[in-house]
Amino acid sequence: MAFLDLSDVRKNYGPNTVVHKFDLDVERGEFVSFLGPSGCGKTTTLRMVAGFEVPTAGAIRIDGRDITRLRPNQRNVGMVFQSYALFPNMTVADNVAFGLKIANKPSSEIKARVEEMLNIIKLPHLGGRYPYQLSGGQQQRVALARALAIKPQVLLLDEPLSALDAKIRVSLREEIRSLQRSLGITTIYVTHDQEEALSMSDRIVVMNEGRVEQIGTPFEIYNHPRTRFVASFVGTLNILKGKVVDPAAGKIVIDGQELFASKRIAHLQAGEACSAALRPEAASLHQSELQEAAKIASAFGRESGPRNRMVGTIEEVSFLGSVVRIRVRFKENAVSLDTFNNPNTTPPARGMQVTVSFAREDLLVLEGAEG
Amino acid sequence: MKQQKIGSWIAIIIGTLYFVVPLIGTFEFSLRMRRGEYSFDAYRVVFADPRFQATFGYSTLMALLTIAVGVLIVVPTSYWIQLRLPKLRPLVEFITLMPLVIPAIVIVFGYLRLYNTSSILPLTGSAHSTDLLLVFSYVALALPYMYRAVDTGMRAIDVRVLTEAAENLGARWPTILFRVILPNVRAAILSGAFLTFATVIGEFTMASLLNRPAFGPYLQLIGANRAYEPAALAVIAFLVTWACMGLINVVGHGKQIKAAP
Amino acid sequence: MAQEGQALSQASAPPARTVQLGQNAWAWIGVSPFFIFALMFLILPTLYLVIGAFQDAQGNFTLVNVAQLFTQASIRSAYWISIKISVASAVIGGLFGFALAYAAVIGGLPQWLRPTLMTFSGVASQFAGVPLAFAFLATLGRTGLVTTLLVMLFDFNIYSTGFNLLSFWGLTLTYLYFQIPLMILIITPALDGLRREWREASEILGASYWQYWRYVALPILWPAIVGTTLLLFANSFGAIATAYALTGSSLNIVTILLYAQIRGDVLHDQNLGYALALGMIVITGLSNGAYIWLRARSDRWQR
Repeated sequence: MAFLDLSDVRKNYGPNTVVHKFDLDVERGEFVSFLGPSGCGKTTTLRMVAGFEVPTAGAIRIDGRDITRLRPNQRNVGMVFQSYALFPNMTVADNVAFGLKIANKPSSEIKARVEEMLNIIKLPHLGGRYPYQLSGGQQQRVALARALAIKPQVLLLDEPLSALDAKIRVSLREEIRSLQRSLGITTIYVTHDQEEALSMSDRIVVMNEGRVEQIGTPFEIYNHPRTRFVASFVGTLNILKGKVVDPAAGKIVIDGQELFASKRIAHLQAGEACSAALRPEAASLHQSELQEAAKIASAFGRESGPRNRMVGTIEEVSFLGSVVRIRVRFKENAVSLDTFNNPNTTPPARGMQVTVSFAREDLLVLEGAEG
Repeated sequence: MKQQKIGSWIAIIIGTLYFVVPLIGTFEFSLRMRRGEYSFDAYRVVFADPRFQATFGYSTLMALLTIAVGVLIVVPTSYWIQLRLPKLRPLVEFITLMPLVIPAIVIVFGYLRLYNTSSILPLTGSAHSTDLLLVFSYVALALPYMYRAVDTGMRAIDVRVLTEAAENLGARWPTILFRVILPNVRAAILSGAFLTFATVIGEFTMASLLNRPAFGPYLQLIGANRAYEPAALAVIAFLVTWACMGLINVVGHGKQIKAAP
Repeated sequence: MAQEGQALSQASAPPARTVQLGQNAWAWIGVSPFFIFALMFLILPTLYLVIGAFQDAQGNFTLVNVAQLFTQASIRSAYWISIKISVASAVIGGLFGFALAYAAVIGGLPQWLRPTLMTFSGVASQFAGVPLAFAFLATLGRTGLVTTLLVMLFDFNIYSTGFNLLSFWGLTLTYLYFQIPLMILIITPALDGLRREWREASEILGASYWQYWRYVALPILWPAIVGTTLLLFANSFGAIATAYALTGSSLNIVTILLYAQIRGDVLHDQNLGYALALGMIVITGLSNGAYIWLRARSDRWQR
């Protein structure tokens, strides 16, 4: 039996359904992210676990105990908010001690635990400061310490990094993850940032419009997106629209050029419209003047099987630093592809005729393609 | 949560009773002038009283002058503080709060001593110069509200950027102030103006001690000598106040719509 | 911010010194009417009275006037009654205003109540002075609506209980009509400043709603509550028009005493009158100063 278990959880506000049938089993010590755009229901689901919202239907259990209708203050759950939500009238130490004081712990124990927590978040000397005297990153670490001080069974984090600067975001991301690992605490992490979700999680729940689109490891979610939404939301994906030619052989046609997809499309009809996804880093460019760039690019591509080739024109070249992103247009469709920056060659020019090649297994024909 | 809601309702109901009953009571009382039946006689008497017309007109004039002088003093100050003299801000804010700290009666007491007929500047010497003194005393009274309103408006627009943009286009500062800045803080100035009007129109202390024929002392005189007219006057005063506050809401609302992108 | 501004002006000063000076000259001219006005109509009149309070009739320095504020019985009792009325109306107005603001902001009441309450408070906080006295006379005076209704319906005469509108409690009750709305207007933004996450954070850490108020909400709000109550105190301490219209000169409060002194030198000592004014400035100044200090404190927290 899973440690945290949400079964058939739903939430309506009047006639609006914000969370459809949500099922999830989280193992003890697992780090699970809810990923999706704003309004997808991820925060509402988190708040149902916290107890701020009561599900319209379904049950939530922690370690076998049904907590669906318990008040938040009876759940033994820790939560970190996007806006830190530190109590402004209390020092850092008092903030961390708050939950322990409410639980009537002896003051010696409180003192020891607060010291321990401040050491864990590496702010042992800031116990006497007030929240307004701290930076955003420090405040969020204190909020984390406050949530963990009561030794909750589950830790909930609601977009904890989105109010912070990019650099602090990355370092704090690593800090949270290593802390979570060392404490072995079961964690749910809500975010709209796919990079955050991919880099931190054991598993990711991708949500859209109140529905679970896919649950899987970061590897699965990124490399084998099940739906078009997942494919487009996770990573910068090229979506190509075409028609099925021969379902059995996996043959499709896009802008008049024939391609093969390795994934089975036998369930589709010949002549049916379909869409396919291609990652920017999976494709490489070929053109006589571009041999060098193509070689470098293809060295990183997977050359395992027979490759698809498409001819098009370079429409846009963007220099992104270590990577040069090139958009190639066919007719209706265009793909963006990434080549590594090479200081010794000039980047290709707009208007140039080129061939784009990619492995068959990198062309993913998607479910729900009509959208 | 349920108890909280019941408590809230109880507070609102008691509050409503406390605030509405005197209004009803006053209105009812104002209708009692004719024996045995309700009538608007008290209002008729009040409106027909030449002293009512004279004092109300006088106070309206004083209020308008107060607003004009107040705007002329406050707007350039707030503008320059924002633009070039930010170091003076604490001092200016302290001064604008002084009228809240020093009671009106004390301020006017000072005027009477400082500007009496035997002083260097005998403002109380003639009726007209006393009117001037009354206007200045009202400007002082209204200063905290006026300054707050205008300063908030100035901060809401980016005065520095607007000024630099206008300078770039070759405008001189009177043009900038009157054609660029003023139109943008008009809503704030109007709010301050209506608030000033509501404060000044029935003001008693200053007008009474400076011996000017204003509406406030007239109210007091009627109150001491008549039975039903004061109630009618209270209803009228309440409506005037309500109109001023309503206009502030209208002006403020218009501004909000304009500010939203 | 200030440092940045300094750095900027230093950087641009050498090449454009004359221009800078010219522009600042305009700025100084622009603010000069304000400072001349402040000097002539706020600072000098006040200073005149303050200095006069420490002089005898011949202009020699003395502390006798100030001492008399404490020794002369009529002055002492005037201050005492003023302070009592101001404390009562500030504390009751503060508590009840807070309760109403709480009900409208947090109490879970219908949405339309809040703007209605705020608009009405704006009006009622300005509806002071002489007309307010008329309103209460027409309601709770000897022939007022409520008084007669109570007699008619319940055969109960509030005046037989010793109540008198022209007394301490009557004046306090009247003052509440502008004190409560003022409290509502000032405290509502502070209540809005209570973030939902604070309540949720305290709740998930195990606190009950009551514990949230005890440990989080009230400590955050108290500077604003106490500060605003002090403002209400000063507000009623300096008020005169309502009291004068209501009671004539029968109630011996300090503003009415000062009014009489200005009109006819009832103390027979000009300089004692100045001391009377000085005492008022000190009292309202202290409470307003405390208000500003507390306000700054609570603003710091609420950033």
